[in-house]
Amino acid sequence: MIKPRDDKDFQACGLFGVMDRSGKRFNGKMVVEAMKNMHVRGNGLGGGFAVYGLYPEYKDYYCLHVMIQDWNEDAKREVDKFLDANFDIVHDEEIPTNEDANVVNPPLFWRYFVYPQKKGDDKRLSDDDYVIKKVMYINTKIKDAYVISSGKNMGVFKGVGFPEDIAEFFMVEKYKGYIWTAHSRFPTNTPGWWGGAHPFCILDWTVVHNGEISSYGTNKRYLEMFGYYCTLQTDTEVMAYAFDLLMRRQKLPIEIVAKILAPPMWDIIDHMDEKMKKLHTTLRMVYAPLLINGPWTVIVAHHGEMFGLTDRIRLRPITAGEKGDLLFLSSEESAIRAVCPDLDRVWTPHGGEPVIGRLNEKALKKVVE
Amino acid sequence: MKSHLLPDFIVERIEDRCNKCGVCVKQCPWGVYSWNDDKTDILIDYTKCVGCQRCVIYCPNNALIVKPYYGSYRPNSYWTKEVILDIKKQAEQGGVLLVGTGSDRPYKVYFDHILLNASQVTNPSIDPLREPMELRTFLGRKPDQLEIEIKDDDIEIKTELYPNLVVETPILFAGMSYGAISKNAFLALAMAAKEFGTMFCTGEGGLPKDMREEYGPVAIVQCASGRFGVDPEYLNCAAAIEIKIGQGAKPGIGGHLPGEKVTAEISATRMIPEGTDALSPAPHHDIYSIEDLSMLIYALKEATNYEKPVFVKIAAVHNVAAIASGIVRAGADVIVIDGFRGGTGASPKVMRDHVGIPIEMAIAAVDQRLREEGIRHKCSIIASGGIRCSADVVKAIALGADAVYIGTAALIALGCTMCQKCYTGKCAWGICTQDPNLAKRLNPKEGAKRLVNLLRAWSLEIKDMLGGMGINAIESLRGNREHLRGIGLEEWELRVLGIKGAGE
Repeated sequence: MIKPRDDKDFQACGLFGVMDRSGKRFNGKMVVEAMKNMHVRGNGLGGGFAVYGLYPEYKDYYCLHVMIQDWNEDAKREVDKFLDANFDIVHDEEIPTNEDANVVNPPLFWRYFVYPQKKGDDKRLSDDDYVIKKVMYINTKIKDAYVISSGKNMGVFKGVGFPEDIAEFFMVEKYKGYIWTAHSRFPTNTPGWWGGAHPFCILDWTVVHNGEISSYGTNKRYLEMFGYYCTLQTDTEVMAYAFDLLMRRQKLPIEIVAKILAPPMWDIIDHMDEKMKKLHTTLRMVYAPLLINGPWTVIVAHHGEMFGLTDRIRLRPITAGEKGDLLFLSSEESAIRAVCPDLDRVWTPHGGEPVIGRLNEKALKKVVE
Repeated sequence: MKSHLLPDFIVERIEDRCNKCGVCVKQCPWGVYSWNDDKTDILIDYTKCVGCQRCVIYCPNNALIVKPYYGSYRPNSYWTKEVILDIKKQAEQGGVLLVGTGSDRPYKVYFDHILLNASQVTNPSIDPLREPMELRTFLGRKPDQLEIEIKDDDIEIKTELYPNLVVETPILFAGMSYGAISKNAFLALAMAAKEFGTMFCTGEGGLPKDMREEYGPVAIVQCASGRFGVDPEYLNCAAAIEIKIGQGAKPGIGGHLPGEKVTAEISATRMIPEGTDALSPAPHHDIYSIEDLSMLIYALKEATNYEKPVFVKIAAVHNVAAIASGIVRAGADVIVIDGFRGGTGASPKVMRDHVGIPIEMAIAAVDQRLREEGIRHKCSIIASGGIRCSADVVKAIALGADAVYIGTAALIALGCTMCQKCYTGKCAWGICTQDPNLAKRLNPKEGAKRLVNLLRAWSLEIKDMLGGMGINAIESLRGNREHLRGIGLEEWELRVLGIKGAGE
């Protein structure tokens, strides 16, 4: 299997996300149908799904989906040993797959439900930071092993193939969740690599992304100052780390984060009232290196929230739709209409304007506690 | 002693065009032209010519051609004409060779070995004629993060912010002192900075009192080793304060404004007696180490109520990255790095031509070091010294600078032709002189217009280059070395610059 050769890969993709804001879980059939509708947005070199509310029976444990490239037994042994030394492994098993699916050379996929066992200096870290540190270790130090998702009560299934093939391979229609996001990939110059598919995940944060970031070098080097090193060599990784830094570590809400990643033009800011002008000016001044330039769309999810966002001049638009508690986000309206013809509302937000889905309060209590 | 020096230039006159009007006699301050006794002919002594081209431009009949003197010694690629002439000069005068402007030696120009990127297919280029293209730049320290409190509909920033300068284009005018340059040239820089929404640096000669109210808000006032013109009012009228440690054209040495240039107004502005030499010591004698620098930085911040960013300007020398890191930790808000091509009104030739490192290398090294130490956002970096065109600006910013200073390019816009005779005080273009008859040749309003045109032209070109890369805000170019590729560079050069080779 060949890993990407360039610093970053160039791609155009299809994105889809659906959330039931009442927290009701539903299976993957709908999302697979929607992705089939956008078949031509991919070229069979990457597809994947993120599911929230996936493992209610293990909801208190971090679930690590680990990919073992080339079925490398040493890598598997090393991962077992490493996890055993750093976590209590509550349960682990091979992720069931369908051997008849139309995919080539799939790696081995294993899932571990774990609880952190912090020792020494690591005791100062929060559980989340501890998990990130250990995940980074596996991804960078253990050859042929990659953690593709690492949150609680959620998981990522992805690989090389069209999304419908990947769905068949992982049999995602058997799983249930209250948020599903999906991705179909069209890389222009890199061979498909199972680890390079989307969604990209860190803890329970997932990102599916479409676009090419022209500010990549600036963003990457700023994130490096905060300890994020881009190892998967995709633009998406930059996007995911930016969300992690701003939302999880710095605790900024998406409404603010949207204005950092895709800020309004100075011309607009200069005409705002004094208070908003100061806010937006300060955001741009302080977070200038995190302005994500170029054409992009993302759908980001973590427990309780899913949102979509496009670049500041909407070079890659996103369409949103609503039907009751269901919120849809998609690269194309047709994919939404294919699975839900009678929408209450459908719209295309302006560049830099996030569309946010949150669990309603009752559901929040039930699902996230 | 009979001089053995060859002339530098030769003057040719097209006789059937010359009507003996005498403009050349009036325009040339070097004494090349003179009337004969009965004023029927103009005599030419080309041995005095410096090649400033003033007479050529102002001859109403286009009758003059000034070109390098082509007579030479036996060709020798080691003992060149320049080497031989320098030895002869020193043998005749026994002193340090003085020169003006930045080094003209044929060292490798790294800017010319770097190529820019543009979008094709996978990423749309952005058309600056149809879409906004933003060059606004903030200079100063930024916090690690913002803490924002949201209560119902009210949003408040809880984090304490540091003062920053705002400029509408990432190009500022470098420090050139009143004294080194004429009042008119100094005024033209101030007027242009104000009109275009950028800043000018005063250099070490103070800021005349009559300019403070109008141009203080766009002035970066310098505090150099001679402390000329520094008082609380000077510091407080400005937008920012720059501590000048060193200069790219003469790292490690001070400055010397000869007494004959210290006129009444310059004496008042610099706060030194009229006609005395203004000597800037090589080091600041209150800064013999990094903690001393920190004390001066905070003394200046105290004096200005922590309302103004403090710049520290250093020459690009071998350990520039480590020095810059220390300067950030000492509390500087902006670091100015002046490369070895940096200009000067007067420098010993040996210092100008042999000390320092290229600005491209220095910026790359400093930016990388500050990032590795996690402190890049704690200061801004201004690249200075030899910025010739908008492409140099874009390359400097992509290598890691926040903005650039231009000095020589600004003076060329005002009329300078790089004759390198700034130290003589006889500038024919009215720039580097205190002779009232020469200084009045430069109209500050017209000069400002030329400078504003230059800033506008470069800014338009920068927007074109950004749009091509698919970037619509200058901050997305900063440190974005993905958009640079080297050509004709060795491995180590690519490594230091942090860029890939073309085709990689």
